[in-house]
Amino acid sequence: MTADATSASVGGRLTTAYPRHVAGKVAGAAVSLLAVLVTGFFLFRMIPGDPVRFMTGGRPVSAGQLATYRAEFGLDLPLWQQFTDYCGKALTGDLGTSYQFNAPVVDKITEALPNTLLLTGTAFVIYTVLGILLGTRSAWRHGRLGDRLNTGLALVLYSLPSFWLGLLLIVTLSVGIGPLPGLFPTGGMESGGKEGLAYAVDVAHHLVLPVVTLVAVEYGQTLLVTRSALLDEMGSDYLTTARAKGLRDDLVRRRHALPNALLPTVTLIFINLGRTVAGVILVETVFSWPGLGGLFYQALSVPDLPLVQGLFLVFAAAVILMNTLADLIYPLFDPRVGR
Amino acid sequence: MTLLDVRGLTVTYPGGANAVRGVDLRLDAGRKLGVAGESGCGKSTLALALLRLLPAGTRVGGEILLDGEDVLAMKWGRVRAVRWAGASIVFQGAMHSLNPVRRVGDQIAEPVLLHRRATPAGARRRTGELLEQVGLPAARGSAYPHELSGGQRQRVMIAMALACGPRLIVADEPTTALDVMIQAQILRLIERLVTDQDVGLIMISHDLAVLAGTCDRLAVMYAGRVVEEGPARQVYEAARHPYARALSAAFPRIGDPASRFAPRGLPGDPPDPSALPSGCAFHPRCPVVLDSCAVQDQALRPAGPHRHAACVRVTPEPSDPGEPGYPPPATSDGPGSPRSTPAEGPGSPPQLTMTRGPMPGAGATPGEPGPQPGAAAEGPGTRRHAGADGPGAEAGGTGGGVEEGFRRP
Amino acid sequence: MTAGRTPGVRPRALVWRRRRASAARFWRRYRAHRAGLLGLATLALFALLALAAPLLVGSDVADVTDAPGSPLEGPGAGLPLGADRFGRNLLGLVIWGARVSLLVGLLAAVLSVTIGTVIGVTAGHFGGWYATVLMRITDWFLVMPTLVLAIALATVMSRSLLTIVVAIGVTTWPTTARLVRAQTLAVEARPYIERARALGGGHWHIMSRHVLPNVTPLVLAQTTLIVSSAILAEATLAFLGLGDPTVVSWGGLLQDAREAGAVSAGHWWYLVPPGVAIAVVALSFTLCGRAVESVLDPRLGVSR
Repeated sequence: MTADATSASVGGRLTTAYPRHVAGKVAGAAVSLLAVLVTGFFLFRMIPGDPVRFMTGGRPVSAGQLATYRAEFGLDLPLWQQFTDYCGKALTGDLGTSYQFNAPVVDKITEALPNTLLLTGTAFVIYTVLGILLGTRSAWRHGRLGDRLNTGLALVLYSLPSFWLGLLLIVTLSVGIGPLPGLFPTGGMESGGKEGLAYAVDVAHHLVLPVVTLVAVEYGQTLLVTRSALLDEMGSDYLTTARAKGLRDDLVRRRHALPNALLPTVTLIFINLGRTVAGVILVETVFSWPGLGGLFYQALSVPDLPLVQGLFLVFAAAVILMNTLADLIYPLFDPRVGR
Repeated sequence: MTLLDVRGLTVTYPGGANAVRGVDLRLDAGRKLGVAGESGCGKSTLALALLRLLPAGTRVGGEILLDGEDVLAMKWGRVRAVRWAGASIVFQGAMHSLNPVRRVGDQIAEPVLLHRRATPAGARRRTGELLEQVGLPAARGSAYPHELSGGQRQRVMIAMALACGPRLIVADEPTTALDVMIQAQILRLIERLVTDQDVGLIMISHDLAVLAGTCDRLAVMYAGRVVEEGPARQVYEAARHPYARALSAAFPRIGDPASRFAPRGLPGDPPDPSALPSGCAFHPRCPVVLDSCAVQDQALRPAGPHRHAACVRVTPEPSDPGEPGYPPPATSDGPGSPRSTPAEGPGSPPQLTMTRGPMPGAGATPGEPGPQPGAAAEGPGTRRHAGADGPGAEAGGTGGGVEEGFRRP
Repeated sequence: MTAGRTPGVRPRALVWRRRRASAARFWRRYRAHRAGLLGLATLALFALLALAAPLLVGSDVADVTDAPGSPLEGPGAGLPLGADRFGRNLLGLVIWGARVSLLVGLLAAVLSVTIGTVIGVTAGHFGGWYATVLMRITDWFLVMPTLVLAIALATVMSRSLLTIVVAIGVTTWPTTARLVRAQTLAVEARPYIERARALGGGHWHIMSRHVLPNVTPLVLAQTTLIVSSAILAEATLAFLGLGDPTVVSWGGLLQDAREAGAVSAGHWWYLVPPGVAIAVVALSFTLCGRAVESVLDPRLGVSR
């Protein structure tokens, strides 16, 4: 491909190609976000009949209230105007008013966001590290018992419904069956009334089971991906060169094979964030964790359309942004790409 | 003192494939040995075996004496110390043999840091020296492999191989997949370095012409065995073994009208190492096969001074003078090794090899002057035209070597 | 490969003979994967249970009136897995629920794979701006959290099985589409396609007679893997209350359990069986899918 190194990338330093790469990815992200907006708009206009009736169905609502809601939805306006209004509002941070909480959607979201970040962030770090460590070990011991156990366990846990695992953990470790005592709270983020360090400990106590659940169903994917990437890498010729130079086997693996194998692994971890979001929603629901997922569940049952729509936008946008971030960072590690 | 002495090397892969079935080779410091053959004949396996780089589970037998020490009997710590510092390999396919996400300078410095315990600054200095030796500017060290051209990558591989001052370099297909011009440059570079630093070179290739032009001695492998070995020019121009003949005839000799009509190539494919034919492994494809060939395997037998071929049709010339018994299966031996005089005679075709200019015309090549200890005068062998065959025809010549006139500035 | 003319054998018969032979080869290679065989056997068992459910338990197991046990009763005589919140036989419910869970999972996967294959083949075959637009859409879907989208869809549509099938099918086709398009491009690069065109083969002919048979093995592997996630998705949607409340499914059983307070009461026998069923079926499909992938791409054999 590159006949001679061009002046644009001498020595692999970031040069003019990288800003172009960034611009391309950012533009792509913008298009994706726009697509999310459009999808969100049409999704909630798909409802046959009157969305407001759909939302308030079965509950006693006065005609005046119905009219208010309709105005808020802009249902009396022509469709294109509804769309521009909607886009304009979304881009300025107005996502409507929650029907069940009677509060701005954005407020409810910002309230719940830190809690979700705490849960997701903790779980993400743990399952990524665990997955990579175990995947690496598994690849080194390829074909042997340790590898097969590891892989088997990962596959089994990966196939479990996350909400079911959560329920089981609650039953066994919170409520306690038979002689087993309840070690952990059954739900929520805190037991109330604590301050400072005691508060932090309390939150951590509540955090254990949700994090364990999330880690259990997600680490398997990371493990399998790491293992597969490493096994692919281990057949490479440059590893023979490294061995021929006199490096010990474990150095060859650590210094040459592993870093190269981690490159596709990291990418895949980010691509799988969508599945993590689903897991977070379910885990927060089951453990009554006051985060975005729990909010989503509450909104679904009503259905609180403005809130559902707002959360839909937030979830989709979050994943898109994380993926864009990964795309931007990747060339810094792999000199073959984007420079 | 023999630098490398391989005795009875056998390699069997975990699946049961007999990749190498008893190979003997010798090489002295400063000499160049070419190993030729088609894919699957075991030449790359041979290269990997020399430094015990074969995958776990591979059974390796025989002895590999590197400066007197048997590599196969060494403890792993010693093997790792010998790797690269005693002998190094220039792998084929430099794009895949280099780590794609590390700078080439770091990769060259890696063995220096490991074996010479140099400081990072010292390693950087050495890397710069090495790059300049191979004709690249020292600044190239900060490039990644994908930023270099094929020829530059190959130079990097060579620089890397020289990093710890090894006594032996094994070049596995160093010029395959390179343009002809680059190929020429690389070969000249290898030759120069080998001579300057007095290292032994084993060059592996399927390109007989390249090997004939660069190496002192040539060994042709087939199905895990050496089927012919001797002085490079002789084996190239006048091979005794049918396979070596066919291999050499497969290369067009421009300017020789006869070679255009000579039968070329062989039907069939090289045998599967896990399912070798009985008797002589070459017999299914041999153009001059006898009934006994399917039954009886052939060992190397003398086919001239310091030449061997493993064919039943090879009979030593009755007038082969004064060779002390069975000459050892050998590459060149001793210092000041005798150079060959070229085959002379009418109608000697000018040879255009891929890397050299046209050879001076028939009979005009001066022989390399020099002592020829114990070597006899040329045998009365009849001249052979390229492409012609027939048992008993042999080119004269003693020892191995490359004619002076063959070297081009 | 020499194409000798065998007198009296119609070309169609030849094609089918060859296809049978390659199917036999495929099965032989598949048999070598123990995990895949285990998965297949388990699936066969569940399929059998689901099909035989009307005979084994009958539809009145879901009948709320005249329930055999008292609500949330534990395992005991006559109720091997206890009773649900309405006092119905839980074991019977789990078997009866297999029908819905398996059916919805399979239908959703079929829908997803069909959409994905059609889009993949046409995008690969026609190319141009049509393909560009479709591939952009595909890429977008791949980044989206599909469950969120499915939930949103299921929220706005009516609560029925069809909704679930559509929601899952419409959100998971992109993976298949991508793979199928890549394979289509590879197949269409082969020389015999050019010859087929020269002989007058139109678009439909090439896509259905040449591309599709070559793409089918890949699609098969994808289908089994997608069924696995479809079953999990169905259970998830049902658990979240978006499924059909009149129908018994494994996810629905778990939702019932939670709403009835089985969790806080420690009634693990209510929670375990439906979840085990979901997990076992999803795992079996995954194992089969991985085995099929290994057979199709021998290189993957190393990393399995």
